[in-house]
Amino acid sequence: MRTLLAKTAVRRLLITLGVMAVIELMTGPPGNNAQPLYGFTHSFDEPASFFGLFPAERWAIFFVFGLVFWGITSFWITQGPTVKKRVQDALAVPRAKTQKRPVRIGVLAGLLVVAIILPHVETAPFWQAAMVEQIEVYVLLAIGLNVVVGFAGLLDLGYVAFYAIGAYTTAWVTGALPTPPIFDHALNPFFAIPVAIALVMVAGIVLGAPTLRLRGDYLAIVTLGFGEIITIFANNLYGITGGSLGTKQIPHPSIHLGPIKYVWGITPVPYYYLTLSFVVLFIIVFSLLERSRIGRAWTAIREDEVAAESVGINPLKYKVMAFAIGAASAGFAGVVTASQLFYIFPSSFTLQFSINVLVLVILGGMGSIAGVVLGAILIQTLTAFLLHSPPAGYQPSDLYIYLGALLVTMMIFRPAGLIPSRRRKREITLSEDLHEGHLDEVLTGDDT
Amino acid sequence: MGAFGHYLAAHLDTLKLEFWALFVGGVANGLLYGMIAVGYTLVYGVLRLINFAHSEIFMSGGFAGYFVMRYFVGAGAPPAGMSSVGLIILGVLVGGVVGAIVATILERVAYRPLRKRNAPKLAYLISAIGASYFLFNLAGKEFGHLAYATPQPYINHPVFHIFGAPVQMYFVIIFLVGLVMFTTLDRVISKTRLGRGIRAVAQDAETASLMGVNIDRTIAITFIVGGTLGGAAGFLFGLGYGVVYTMGFVPALKAFTAAVLGGIGNLRGAMIGGLILGIFESLSVVFVQAAYIDVVAFGILVTVLLVRPTGILGERLGRAA
Repeated sequence: MRTLLAKTAVRRLLITLGVMAVIELMTGPPGNNAQPLYGFTHSFDEPASFFGLFPAERWAIFFVFGLVFWGITSFWITQGPTVKKRVQDALAVPRAKTQKRPVRIGVLAGLLVVAIILPHVETAPFWQAAMVEQIEVYVLLAIGLNVVVGFAGLLDLGYVAFYAIGAYTTAWVTGALPTPPIFDHALNPFFAIPVAIALVMVAGIVLGAPTLRLRGDYLAIVTLGFGEIITIFANNLYGITGGSLGTKQIPHPSIHLGPIKYVWGITPVPYYYLTLSFVVLFIIVFSLLERSRIGRAWTAIREDEVAAESVGINPLKYKVMAFAIGAASAGFAGVVTASQLFYIFPSSFTLQFSINVLVLVILGGMGSIAGVVLGAILIQTLTAFLLHSPPAGYQPSDLYIYLGALLVTMMIFRPAGLIPSRRRKREITLSEDLHEGHLDEVLTGDDT
Repeated sequence: MGAFGHYLAAHLDTLKLEFWALFVGGVANGLLYGMIAVGYTLVYGVLRLINFAHSEIFMSGGFAGYFVMRYFVGAGAPPAGMSSVGLIILGVLVGGVVGAIVATILERVAYRPLRKRNAPKLAYLISAIGASYFLFNLAGKEFGHLAYATPQPYINHPVFHIFGAPVQMYFVIIFLVGLVMFTTLDRVISKTRLGRGIRAVAQDAETASLMGVNIDRTIAITFIVGGTLGGAAGFLFGLGYGVVYTMGFVPALKAFTAAVLGGIGNLRGAMIGGLILGIFESLSVVFVQAAYIDVVAFGILVTVLLVRPTGILGERLGRAA
């Protein structure tokens, strides 16, 4: 038995089958209070079929999947390097071309055109709404969180707080909160945009200035608690936020400039363009920032804080900046959500939300704006698809199981993400190669 | 005397009346926090990282204990006498074992692959958060999203009184289990060969391995020890408050606060920090609304981290307890 287990192929087979069993549980039928073990048993012996082709019990189908997958991995282990090299050789010429500036700009312009005509191609109301609520808002959040996690290397688990502040500020400015608005009469949500962005940036500074002195793991837990506290306050301060019942109706934005009169109504397409313009704006600002002195300071702090400090960078100052700047796009996302959905409730701003956004950043690639946008579009399209036509036995809350599993998988197999930022990738491989042999650091993974 | 003075005076009177009842509840909660905090502190000691998924170890222990109670007690009348004692011991054991199993799997899947290729610290945090998220949502799917009330294996009557405040059976159970667990753990860490190994790795992993300590094994054992206490605490918590898939989040955040309060990496610190936090939190009920109790614990965490990040007893990695 022992000698058999020592063979890596056998071990890999067992691991693969174990993973398949977990996937069976993840995709199987749910349990409930009356039958708490229903999910466990029926995940394996419920009759199913592979797209209607081979009717069999679930365990048999997944067993076959496992074998096939094991075959693929076995092939990859022996043949992988050659295949990889061939693919890289084949891609070398087109890849070199994409490095050229005109090509890059052309591709980006093409993508922008696609984004502009998209709502006219896909006219189903569900998808038009999803493009704003599910995709654009999350792209905004993901590129904002990317500034904090990707550029500055700070794990912020309370990012939802900034989104909530943005949304509640909109409600406040437009007079939808029990608190009287700042100005005498309710304002157009357009005025909420600068106010919300300014407020979340201030919130970023206020929260960041004390907490950003902390080490990375402490920061994560403190921000996590902060996100929770914002929800607790929003839920309980009835006199200020409307409590768990949510806000009064938030008006739509409108323009009244002399002859130009336009009101954003119920249809999502005008919102789509309004948000798209801000998405483009934020992407441009953030990528300029990344290449600026500030961006390089963030990289330096992320890679080695002590070294950065010794060349005259004030880490706290730049970290607080990252917090405030990253919060800005979340603040705007909050404005869009609030004014498009009329009402906001504290229950929309939970920890799950922060982690959902984190997954987008991790999947796409920390520090890579293109990657993060791709990650957000991929996952959110999939989420919207699952919402639109859920497969049998799928509950909306199952999504979070998949996202959690995705985070672990990414960290094990591709920590730099789908489109790795070049700087970030070099850092990870450097840290992994350099310290080889230093047992203490290998053990602790201490990169500071 | 201003308005604040009246407010304070009125609440201090309530505090005087309720003090011992709140104190007893606080000590019980504090012991539970301490038991969870031990898991954070031990893992921090050997790996220098916060095990974000510890809350789910606690949750799995709670569910394991729930199923044991459901099977043996069910809807019937709570047993009394020796069968109560036996059931509690069984629940603690099963909760602990399941906690240890989940902790081991967690270490194998979410930590070891990263450790083997020396990933940056951020990767550990993200992997642990992913694992935690995965585990509690999977539990939510399998067991449903509604809370379960654990069948009581004992009759919850006041056993004795302290200064007129009744001490319920539930609290007595927590005191006894907590006492046994802490003493055993303290002995194991400070006196046995195993504990010496853990302390050696915590002090200096490289040197320890040169002296013949098996690092992989020591880390695995650390997770098992922390998981056992966390799982047992999950069972005890579930006895009193029921089990639900999100039950781990708040107690674990508080236990982490306790670990930091006592000095992370410091075993006795974790226990003392748990007790202080539990009592303080329980007494603060007099002054703030129940909805803001979690805010109080979190405020303590931020204050300690900013003012004295090494905690009350200081970070004492690798020294005797």
